[in-house]
Amino acid sequence: MLRFIGRRLLVALPTLFLVVTVAFFMMRAAPGSPFDMDRKLSPEIERNVMAKYGMDRPLTEQYVKYLKDVSHGDFGPSLKYKDKSVLQILRENYGVSLRLGLSAILIASLMGVSLGVLAALRQNRSTDYAVMGLAILGVCIPTFVTAPLLVLAFGSWLGWLPTAGLTAGLRSYVLPVTVLALPQIAIISRLTRAGMIEVLQSNYVRTARAKGLPEHRIVGRHALRAAILPLVSYLGPACAGLLTGSLVVEKIFNLPGLGKFFVISALQRDYTVVMGMVIFYAALILFLNLVADLLYAALDPRVRLA
Amino acid sequence: MSGANLLVPGSRRGAAAMEKAVHGRSLWDDARRRLLRNRAAVSGVIVLAALVIAAVVGPHLTPYAYDEINKNDVWQAPLTGAHLLGTDSLGRDLLARLLMGLRVSLAIGLVATAVSLVIGVAWGAVAGYVGGRLDEVMMRFVDVLYSLPFIFFVILLMVTFGSNIILIFVAIGAVEWLTMSRIVRGQTLSLKQKEFIEAARAAGLTQGAIIARHIVPNLLGPVVVYVTLTIPAVILAESFLSFLGLGVQPPMASLGTLIANGAQDMELAWWLLVFPALAMVVTLMSFNFIGDGLRDAIDPKDR
Repeated sequence: MLRFIGRRLLVALPTLFLVVTVAFFMMRAAPGSPFDMDRKLSPEIERNVMAKYGMDRPLTEQYVKYLKDVSHGDFGPSLKYKDKSVLQILRENYGVSLRLGLSAILIASLMGVSLGVLAALRQNRSTDYAVMGLAILGVCIPTFVTAPLLVLAFGSWLGWLPTAGLTAGLRSYVLPVTVLALPQIAIISRLTRAGMIEVLQSNYVRTARAKGLPEHRIVGRHALRAAILPLVSYLGPACAGLLTGSLVVEKIFNLPGLGKFFVISALQRDYTVVMGMVIFYAALILFLNLVADLLYAALDPRVRLA
Repeated sequence: MSGANLLVPGSRRGAAAMEKAVHGRSLWDDARRRLLRNRAAVSGVIVLAALVIAAVVGPHLTPYAYDEINKNDVWQAPLTGAHLLGTDSLGRDLLARLLMGLRVSLAIGLVATAVSLVIGVAWGAVAGYVGGRLDEVMMRFVDVLYSLPFIFFVILLMVTFGSNIILIFVAIGAVEWLTMSRIVRGQTLSLKQKEFIEAARAAGLTQGAIIARHIVPNLLGPVVVYVTLTIPAVILAESFLSFLGLGVQPPMASLGTLIANGAQDMELAWWLLVFPALAMVVTLMSFNFIGDGLRDAIDPKDR
């Protein structure tokens, strides 16, 4: 187990290194600089500014220095937001994204598993078809379609829910979380249904039936545990999906989260902020994948981590 | 086959009858039969064919060009004037723009999928066939790429090199080949054990020839299935980029840009959002139905 974690961390380091390298040189290859303003800076001032951030040095030298700083946990100052470090910006803005993502995955898991189990128990009947039909819709309709449509319906026409910002407290989270959760509900319910159908035909479920256990115990206690296994390994990719989803959601609902920051910073060539976010997200995904694998092993006694 | 006695070897009648009767169903016949019985898949094929025809022919038939600005008919609602689906803030005909957007989105879907197909099949087939250390290295590389937050790299790429349409193809194609290469490698590993590969090797074919002539054609089944599922994923990815303003640039349209613009103007003109969204959903659904149907037809294990 410890060896498994150790080996995964050993793979994670080169991955992160690759991420940093590619992102660094890609960002620098982009035309334009963070100091492009509407008003052209005089050459002397520009030179001074560049020198202040060490950007007058050769690129490889900057790269080595950046690597060194990052390995000490120093992500540098933002080039656009005066007097703020990248870590400060990350700290101030990740809260919204995290709350959105967590509530979405939680709601999606609860709803998706219940719907999937329901469909599996009523296989090939109208309930099953209804749930699976909705699931296909959920998979096919992208977030950037559901988000504006729901805003139009519940915000503009019915006026029930706020359409942007976070000023209305909990109510302002309803639409963004729904939009984020819908595709995940769809995928999770499909996974759960498939898993459940397979497990319900297995020998140990037949044994449980033969023992005369009540149906709700067979399903809830014995079958469900095995049926949601594929779900656990889906958690890693799901989080990646939530990240891209939250880019859209934060833009449409005008929420002050990391996703919105990322695109703006990339367009403004705020090198350090973009780099910091790429590293943050990559580390997050690697970590979640590891957690998913460990969970999987904990739930499934057949899996041995070596 | 009417009776076992017809199949007794030696009798000429039997041999002739056998030739006729035994000309049976190949795997592909079987798959086609299963596919045609799947109503969802068949309707997906029909709808998709209609969409493709509309995208190819449509832009030439509309009375307005997709980028034609009509100052006198801005913000026209559908069915109220000369414009069937209404117009946008510049008086551009939504139907014309929608057909053009469909064409662009489908083209991006096809080309980027082709890019991912070529890279993925070559990578996976080589890794799986050669095996050993090369396989280890190549697949570890795929693992590493898998755990990258790719959407960020695509965004960076678009920011870096500006959004041109070729780059969109390449960027998305370069992201989508990973799963393809894994599928292909797995298939190759099992194919490589088969007798006909051994025969080819015994006949003295080079490794390259065996991969190209014997392995790759036999990968067709799973690859076809995955391709039909990749195309909608690519269309989605492009629309996502366009939505963030990094994809196809105006006045050119894709389904993604149309939805993005429609979302901005939806309070004034709902049709600008609803029709493109509908087109998008129908396109994605027909691809998904076809993909699911093909998977059930070609890979009978899952039924």
